[in-house]
Parts: sequence; C-alpha cells; structure tokens
Amino acid sequence: MSERRHAFDDRTLDCRGMLCPAPIIALGRMLDSVPIGELLAVAAEDPAARHDVPAWARMRGQEYVGEEAAEDGVPVYVVRRLS
Amino acid sequence: MTNAAVYFDTASAEPLHPAARETLLAALEHGYADPRRLHGPGRNARLLLDNAREAVAGALGVRRDEVTFASSGTRAVQRGLLGLAAARAERGRRIAHGAVEHQAVTDAAAWWGEPLEVGVDAYGRIDLEAVRSLPSPTAVLALQSANHEVGTLQPVAEAAELTGGVPLFVDACASMGRLPLPDGWDALAGSAHKWGGPSGVGVLLVRHRARWLDPFPAGDPFARTDEAVDIAAALAAAAALQAVAAEGTEVGARQRALIDLIRARVAGIPDVDVVGDPVDRLPHLVTFSFLYVDGEALVTELDRLGFAVASGSACAVDTREPSRVLAAMGALTHGNIRLSLGREATRAEVERFLDVLPGVVRTIRDRAGL
Repeated sequence: MSERRHAFDDRTLDCRGMLCPAPIIALGRMLDSVPIGELLAVAAEDPAARHDVPAWARMRGQEYVGEEAAEDGVPVYVVRRLS
Repeated sequence: MTNAAVYFDTASAEPLHPAARETLLAALEHGYADPRRLHGPGRNARLLLDNAREAVAGALGVRRDEVTFASSGTRAVQRGLLGLAAARAERGRRIAHGAVEHQAVTDAAAWWGEPLEVGVDAYGRIDLEAVRSLPSPTAVLALQSANHEVGTLQPVAEAAELTGGVPLFVDACASMGRLPLPDGWDALAGSAHKWGGPSGVGVLLVRHRARWLDPFPAGDPFARTDEAVDIAAALAAAAALQAVAAEGTEVGARQRALIDLIRARVAGIPDVDVVGDPVDRLPHLVTFSFLYVDGEALVTELDRLGFAVASGSACAVDTREPSRVLAAMGALTHGNIRLSLGREATRAEVERFLDVLPGVVRTIRDRAGL
C-alpha cells in the first residue's frame, strides 16, 4: 500500500476531522494553484464530502475522478482541474 | 420567546388555520368521551369523529369508510405501509421505496426487515424502469406524492401501472390539502399539521378493496379502526383540510408564482444549486444550496434578520448526517436552505428576503476567504 504512488499525492489536502463545508472550501482555495489538466484531492472523514465533492466539481465545471482510500482508510476524493 | 417576523417553514409545520382554531374551541367542550361507549357523551364524541371522517372524505374525494385517524402522520405512514405488507405475509418482508422517501417510510421499511431502495434522478423523481422490474417477491412499494425537501412531484399513477400487482403505499404528507390526491394507491397517509390542522392528527386512507391487516397488536386485526385520537383535534384537522382544499387553487397559484420568483432570483447568486423540478412541483416549497456556505450559519443569520427557514445540511441537524434526499439527487448538501410559504405569504415578504439573502451569503463566504 505504502509504495503505491498517485499523481495527486503531492496535492492532497488533509481535511481529516473537518466538517463540511470546510473540506470543500479547502478545495476551492487550492484549485487556482493547480495547473489545468492536473489532479488534486482531499482526504475527508465527514460523510457529506462524499456527496459534496462531486457536486462541487459539477457546479465549478471541474471533473470528479473518483474515490480512493488513504493508508489510514480515510476516503480521498480526487478531482481534475478542467478550467 | 423570540418571534421570527416571517415564517417560511410551513413544510415542517403550518400554523393553525383559522377554521381549525374555531372548530377546535367548539369541539373541545363536547369531544372528551370515549367514542366507543354507548352513553350520551360517548355518542357525542362518536358523532364528532364521524363528522370529521365525513369532512376529510369529502375534501379528499374518497369514501367515508376509507378514512381512519391516526395519532400522527408518522403513525399513519407506519400503519398504512406496514398494514399492506402484513396482509401479504406470503410475499415475504421486502418493502421497496424511493430513495428520497421521508424517514418515517424508510424507518418502517427497515423495521419490517427487507428494505429495498429504488433510485431517483437529479430532480429526485423515482426511476420508473426500476419500478417496472421490482424483484419478486416484493410485498409493497412505497412512493411519496411529492418530496418534502425539494418539492418534486412523483409519478404515482404511472408507477402504480408498472408494479405488476405489487400494492402501492403513498406518503402524501407533503401534498395533502395542497394538491389533489394522485391515482393508483392502495393506502395513503397524511399529516394534519402540514396543512394547518393541529399536530398529533394523522389521516390514513385504505382503499375499501385493498388487502390490509393491522400490523400492530389489535383485538381484530382486520378492523380498520381509528387509533385513540384527540377527537376535537381530528375535527379541527378536518375543518382545516376543507378550508385549504376550498382555497387551494387561489393560494396555490399565488404561492407557485412566488416560488418561481424565488427560484429565478436565487439562481442569479453565484455558485448556487437550485434543487428539484422547477415546474412539476409542490406550489409552496423550494430548496437551494450555496457552495462554501455553512448551513447552520445561514439559518442562524436569516433568523437574526427575521426569517425562519429550514436546512437539510448536516451541520443544521443533530445527527450530523447530510440530507439523504439531497445526497440521492447528487445535489450539494452543505449551505442548504428550504423555504416553504404559508397561505398568507406576501410578495413583499418574499422580496425582502430576496433583498437580504445575497448579502448574507457573501458575508459567510467572505469569512471563509472565498
């Protein structure tokens, strides 16, 4: 598990312990620093994030790529910057 | 006690209709006795309860012997849904239900043993293809008349044609008194405090030809009897239902236009998800979610400014779970508010709300640095 590397590893926000909308706000703030076409991700335990990351991507015209799991089992939601 | 100047949360509870208030006061004096007793006061109580039944049947266009009273809307849902299932023990314990049903329905289906969720589209409307191919055996399908959070009307009559003989329970709590009953149900439930009756009164309709068995301990499980209800409250609920049904078209049209106005103006605020079917919907209700906004902060700030609204966001409810309805639709769950207008809501109140809302949203976003 630990040797597995993801393209978004360097751009994964750690939002463990935060409640929505905090993880989504963090995503919104980070977006501008990511080159278009690249991946970014957010690790969040709040169950609302499972729905709100895809909804954020839809509303902001970005691509929701899917859900992964961090080494500690916390869900990691992956997004691609399109614009 | 604080008083919100403008109450936009009638889908949670509608203030008592004037017709209900008058009836309640008059009936309190005479409706105290047990309606099953053979003495004079008992007969008076029985008469009041039968009047209530007659009025409800008339307002809804159903037979008198199809109307029973329950001690709440939730209880009417439980008895109606589980009573259809209990009469089909040979078909197992699977109850299929739409993904955006009220918790009263989903809890009852889970309690019965084998709940099966049927998906919905982005408006929250049930997947009719899935209804057509329900696994066999399924004891009952539960489908709401309209969604209580987003207002979308469900295709009840169409669904009823597709179940292949599986009986249909309809939770009509969100629409009863506001819209005519849909066709195709075997049992249907409503809740008086959603239409301006007192709380603690549910209405359960069971079609006279439907198979139904009391799902709870009962002397005669075949008897379609009333629960022990507050008779004065039941009569007041019936009076309110008659009144709202009579004024329904005019009030509904006014509310519909106000909701159209709200939907159009709110859509102009940046980064908002205006949820639910814009046309095929309840007349008085709308839901929207603002990106990067905390729902609790939004409700609290609007309350401070004199507007009472509800929220489906996780931070605004004690469970901290986001709204199942919004989640099932793929809608944004944070920063959510639901507005539901009363029968006297004015354009001026709505305009005042629409004037302050963008500033409230901007302030909360500024605090988040976005």
